[in-house]
Amino acid sequence: MGAAQKPTVTSPGITVMRSQLGRVRGTGAAHAGSHHWKAERVTAIALVPLTVWFVVAVLAHLGADQQSMAAWAGRPWNAALLLALIAMNFHHMHLGLQVVYEDYIHTIPRREAAILATKGACLLLGLLAAVAVLKLAVMAH
Amino acid sequence: MAVITLPKNSRVGRGRTFPAPEGAKRVKEFRIYRWNADDGKNPVIDTYTLDLDRVGPMVLDALIYIKNELDPTLTFRRSCREGICGSCAMNIDGGNTLACLKPTAEVKRAVAIYPLPHMPVIKDLVPDLTTAYAQLQSIKPWLQADSAAPPDGERLQSREERAKLDGMWECILCYCCTTSCPSYWWNGDKYLGPATLLAAYRWIADSRDENTGERLDALEDPFKLYRCHTIMNCTQTCPKGLNPAQAIQEIKQMIAERQG
Repeated sequence: MGAAQKPTVTSPGITVMRSQLGRVRGTGAAHAGSHHWKAERVTAIALVPLTVWFVVAVLAHLGADQQSMAAWAGRPWNAALLLALIAMNFHHMHLGLQVVYEDYIHTIPRREAAILATKGACLLLGLLAAVAVLKLAVMAH
Repeated sequence: MAVITLPKNSRVGRGRTFPAPEGAKRVKEFRIYRWNADDGKNPVIDTYTLDLDRVGPMVLDALIYIKNELDPTLTFRRSCREGICGSCAMNIDGGNTLACLKPTAEVKRAVAIYPLPHMPVIKDLVPDLTTAYAQLQSIKPWLQADSAAPPDGERLQSREERAKLDGMWECILCYCCTTSCPSYWWNGDKYLGPATLLAAYRWIADSRDENTGERLDALEDPFKLYRCHTIMNCTQTCPKGLNPAQAIQEIKQMIAERQG
């Protein structure tokens, strides 16, 4: 046998000959995304009153010492609202950042790594904040 | 990652300059993007200075004047010259619009003309829209019904049902909106874009169509639909004054509502 014959089916440099419709349809609709979209909005709405309450409460305690601040945060309603603020905040954060990554990172392994790292960081930071509040609420008195 | 800077072979250089004709009183500069696949060179901006007293009022009139009188190599699409065919969609003075509906007098500076943003360019002001057309095809933009049509006439709608299509049937598929959308720029291979989603909602909202659920199923996807972040460029740029952002919002709302 002589030199192997080069295939002459495709033009050089063309690696994708799939039809545009086939490419656009791709693997079809994921039937997902709506819960994510709704959760983003629900957490955003919840954060409006919670953040206003938090900022006003902190401003009202300007100049207060550590002990009275800890006592304030340990009261049942305050602790519950702080926990709600923490939950909504970190839930909203990982949902929102995931969308940013999906927009801008086009290499799938890299995108997934970023999403998972962010979710892990949000979970840990949220738990840390929650434990701190619970400590004030349960162990202060 | 999304690529923010232009690749080397897309950097735009300075091209030829066509000076104003002698004796011209009202002159205007047109700075036009030029590129063709044949010479292997980077795109350039050619500058044409026109005497507005010899040219019609719209930007398309200027383009046709340039092609007829100054430079027959200038390539652009046009057909109806009255805003109904969508062929002359391009980026004029930084915004996507139809050259035939854009009065030159509205542009205060030199008139900068580029092809629709972020699409492959075929030549000069002619973009390659084959992906966008395939996306339109993928949402099945035609009536789907299992009930047989009345044998003696058309499928009827009430006035109220028909009114729901207003603001959507007027779309001429010029793709000014889709190519103005940053989400489409970054994920245009998967995100359907405002023009296609407006067309999808046109059929979702049509009382004669019986496949509303299947249509919503086909759109419920993080990339096909939810890349829309209500940036609103689509609604702002639409040369027909339509509101694709609202249509997309209605789709999201319907999907949320059917989940209870």
